[in-house]
Amino acid sequence: MALEIIESCVNCWACAPLCPNKAIYEAKPHFLIDADKCTECLGDFADAQCVAICPIEGAILNELGEELNPPGSLTGIPPERWAAVQAEIRAR
Amino acid sequence: MDLPVIESTPQKTGGCSAGSCGSTSDQMGGMSDEIRAKVQDHPCYSEDAHHYFARMHVAVAPACNIQCHYCNRKYDCANESRPGVVSEVLSPDQAVKKTLAVAATIPQMTVLGIAGPGDPLANPERTFETFRQLSVKAPDIKLCVSTNGLSLPDHVEELSRHNIDHVTITINCVDPDVGAKIYPWIFWQNKRIHGREAAEILIQRQQQGLEMLVAKGILVKVNSVLIPGVNDEHLKEVSKIVKAKGAFLHNVMPLIAEAEHGTFYGVMGQRSPNPAELKNLQDACEGDMNMMRHCRQCRADAVGLLGEDRGDEFTMDKIDAMEIDYEAAMKVRAEFRAKATADLEAKRAKAHAPKMPQAQVVQFVPRKEKSALVGRRVLMAVAAKGGLVAVHFGHANEFLVYEASADGAKFVGHRKAEQYCDGDVSCGDGESVLDKTIKALEGCEVVLCSKIGYEPWGNLEAAGIQPNGEHAMEPIEDAVMAVWHEMLAAGKLDAKPSANKVA
Ligand code: SF4
Ligand code: SF4
Repeated sequence: MALEIIESCVNCWACAPLCPNKAIYEAKPHFLIDADKCTECLGDFADAQCVAICPIEGAILNELGEELNPPGSLTGIPPERWAAVQAEIRAR
Repeated sequence: MDLPVIESTPQKTGGCSAGSCGSTSDQMGGMSDEIRAKVQDHPCYSEDAHHYFARMHVAVAPACNIQCHYCNRKYDCANESRPGVVSEVLSPDQAVKKTLAVAATIPQMTVLGIAGPGDPLANPERTFETFRQLSVKAPDIKLCVSTNGLSLPDHVEELSRHNIDHVTITINCVDPDVGAKIYPWIFWQNKRIHGREAAEILIQRQQQGLEMLVAKGILVKVNSVLIPGVNDEHLKEVSKIVKAKGAFLHNVMPLIAEAEHGTFYGVMGQRSPNPAELKNLQDACEGDMNMMRHCRQCRADAVGLLGEDRGDEFTMDKIDAMEIDYEAAMKVRAEFRAKATADLEAKRAKAHAPKMPQAQVVQFVPRKEKSALVGRRVLMAVAAKGGLVAVHFGHANEFLVYEASADGAKFVGHRKAEQYCDGDVSCGDGESVLDKTIKALEGCEVVLCSKIGYEPWGNLEAAGIQPNGEHAMEPIEDAVMAVWHEMLAAGKLDAKPSANKVA
């Protein structure tokens, strides 16, 4: 039972001090979770703390590889809109 | 013109410092002097001090506990010049070393701020470790900190223990319904909270933090981001409330929103305010509050005098190679400060000398009636450096905007421009950059510069802006008033407002 931080992490430090198990550590190129220490916060908090503060959609996955903060959930930008704007900028 | 941003004594504010709440006029006068003394050498608060003194920020606080729709935590490119965006996050030890290195090299550096890239008080260990070390090692540096306010009440006690005399709180609203359109979520008591509920908590904490700081006698500045259609009208109420609670300055900044920044507002097509909207709002709030007009929305890790970024000289590898004797540097710094302060005093005394009788005579006439006296108000943009009309139009990366009238020249803001002439043989897409600059100068009738090319001259004239290169190297206010009097003599300033007028 453990979560995973992937490459979209921007190294903002927000999650690390919150982890009740000190499972999150600074690493290059991005922060990582020690799978042996992570309990998904069970018994300590109702919500996984790293997931609850992380500002980056898709940076933290569960054991099934699912994004715990899916696209649009944090910024409020609908994913279709985001894709359209990205395409428009690339075409300039 | 002497420090207009902090000049007027706040009338009837709850200016209660250190718990005593009697607001007799004596105390208010005392408070005003105290504030003036505290901020007169602060490059961000004092219009003329920023020619002599400088500030720097260190990026030690990457984490944030809220999301704002004008911020994107993902983008961090080297070309980024939006506020709050930096590339190099420093450890507290590195930040202290960098601060000492800069202070030893640039004696003008008097203020160290921690403003981000996240929220300094969402990183309390890192922020306070930096402040603790600096209070001991460099007692001649003033400290300041900016925050979104969410965790402010938890840290007022600790803030009051350090050498910190300025705290900036970003307050964009006092109404949770407005807040819900600005803040999608906050992290609060171990949960992510969304929408109106989140805004309600944030607003309550900001207001509580503001009250606690004022009660401790710590100066509080309030920053607001003007978001057209979201909080523009609402900011007038914000201004009233923060003033009533004792904030000494309210700085309204324009929203910066471009799709390529990847922010919610940028992507969703929320527009930024134009210069006239910004000025109108600042004018509307001014009766209530000491507004701040010359904020440059500096990069969080900018080093050097405002508008003159020397950050490249102080990257961590260069700093590691430096040997710093701060004891010796402090002596040099003290000498520099004494000289600069004397210069400033002399300049301020000169500005108060009865050189412009109009300014003296009409000073106590209420603002609205004043303009009817002789000639209307005219906005003029100035390409300036060091208080003089000293920059070539094509080299200016910003223009200071002055409002000239019978009351004298009043600094009202600044406009950013891109330098279209980079000295390159082929001027590339110079045209479109010039167009942008002309747009940025909207509402101004004159632009003063040391020199200007033939082409931009024509385009400016066509846009109804009169270029003027006749006052090169003159002090700004003298030049602005000379032009205004010329316009008056030429009959261009009859009392009826022109179409071009913004104020
Ligand atoms: S889920 Fe909880 S225990 Fe696991 S890394 Fe995140 S904060 Fe730590
Ligand atoms: S909060 Fe998210 S982005 Fe920030 S360091 Fe942790 S995983 Fe990375």
